[in-house]
Amino acid sequence: MSGVRVLVGTRKGAFVLTSDGTRKNWEVSGPHFGGWEIYHLKGSPVDQNRIYASQSSGWFGQMVQRSNDGGRTWDAVGNKFVYEGTPGTHQWYDGTPHPWEFARVWHLEPSLTDPDTVYAGVEDAAMFRTTDGGQNWQELPGLRTHESGPKWQPGAGGLCLHTILIDPSNHERIFIAISAAGAFRTDDGGRTWRPINRGLKSQGIPNPNAEVGHCVHRIAMHRPKPRTLFMQKHWDVMRSDDAGDSWNEVSGNLPTDFGFAMDVHAHEPETVYVVPIKSDSEHFPPDGQLRVYRSRTGGNEWQALTKGLPQRDCYVNVLRDAMSVDSLDSCGVYFGTTGGQVYASADAGDTWAAIVHDLPAVLSVEVQTLQ
Amino acid sequence: MIRVQLPAHLRTLARVDDEVLLDVKGEVTLGAVLDALEDRYPVLRGTIRDHVTHRRRPFVRFFACEQDLSHDPPHTPLPEAVIAAAEPLLVVGAMAGG
Repeated sequence: MSGVRVLVGTRKGAFVLTSDGTRKNWEVSGPHFGGWEIYHLKGSPVDQNRIYASQSSGWFGQMVQRSNDGGRTWDAVGNKFVYEGTPGTHQWYDGTPHPWEFARVWHLEPSLTDPDTVYAGVEDAAMFRTTDGGQNWQELPGLRTHESGPKWQPGAGGLCLHTILIDPSNHERIFIAISAAGAFRTDDGGRTWRPINRGLKSQGIPNPNAEVGHCVHRIAMHRPKPRTLFMQKHWDVMRSDDAGDSWNEVSGNLPTDFGFAMDVHAHEPETVYVVPIKSDSEHFPPDGQLRVYRSRTGGNEWQALTKGLPQRDCYVNVLRDAMSVDSLDSCGVYFGTTGGQVYASADAGDTWAAIVHDLPAVLSVEVQTLQ
Repeated sequence: MIRVQLPAHLRTLARVDDEVLLDVKGEVTLGAVLDALEDRYPVLRGTIRDHVTHRRRPFVRFFACEQDLSHDPPHTPLPEAVIAAAEPLLVVGAMAGG
């Protein structure tokens, strides 16, 4: 029977939540790596028992953990992330040059075809790759050394490469996003990159229409339709139908177009989910009501989904990597909050229930649909 | 043998329950003990000092015999009591809980 495994990264460890296809009863395993920040875990699409986890700590730095048995046991693999050549500088918050310094891995994206190949998005922003199951990591330096690199500046969370999307129809094409530089695309497997930010407008940078400098919070893709991308920017929800070459705003009737998390329905390419957050300084839902908004029209027209979610006195945040979908016939949608709840909907968002209430602050949620 | 006490998270990574005993070749310096520790437990590489520069991570400290050795150069010999295994070298996570 099919089932679901939800991989939850938190400020103080990882948790693995498992259910059968009904998604009613859940087993909770964890904390794994208790006391460490787990920015992200993700399973290989070609080996559901192979999972990678980014484990980090202000004291002891970066570790990468690998499981070959679906998260029951783990082994530390390589943790050496060294920039190629002599790292230059990017902009600091005050606009002065600041040297590139590795801080942590924000996102791990396993290859669509090889369980030993994984891409890592790191802070300060760069892309690394392993081809031996995480033992060794090499930078793909064409991104960091892009001519615009010295202009990149950190968002509030750091200069982080947080989103990696591999085009299922062309594995040489990869989309990434950096806060606060913007979105970039490679068409040659990571050797060269170009900014794909035309149509974005951002206040707070000298030229609101600049080629780089935008604080992109998240990009999402419907995998069978990879030229269509959705973006949650610092402010504004955007859409591209030409693989990022141009973007149009689709915020429509959202109560606020600030937010972090976003995903696309597994079977409906025009059904998109966001969680509006009040503002860049007030990182909580408007009016104390936790609402997921769903568009069935690819944006612009949004419907509030509230059933089962707290509708008063709720002041949590939902971070950028903390929403995911499963691919069961009735698409499941999942998200985690900084209050430690992980909510699940087995009916595409119509109704919600908390799988767990009291975890540490949730940093990431990924879902594996088990066969 | 040199006794080394690791903080709990590093003991978990190294899969040890108690003090680590290390056979250190040559002069017993801070750097030599860390080299021996990382040779014995490769998983600890990068957690105490930088992979490339070997600079101590900012939130890690080295104490022994009620002294703070954190700022001693790596080639500094450790105290006699540590060399004689009467006292351990303490690898400590700075008190900066979060």
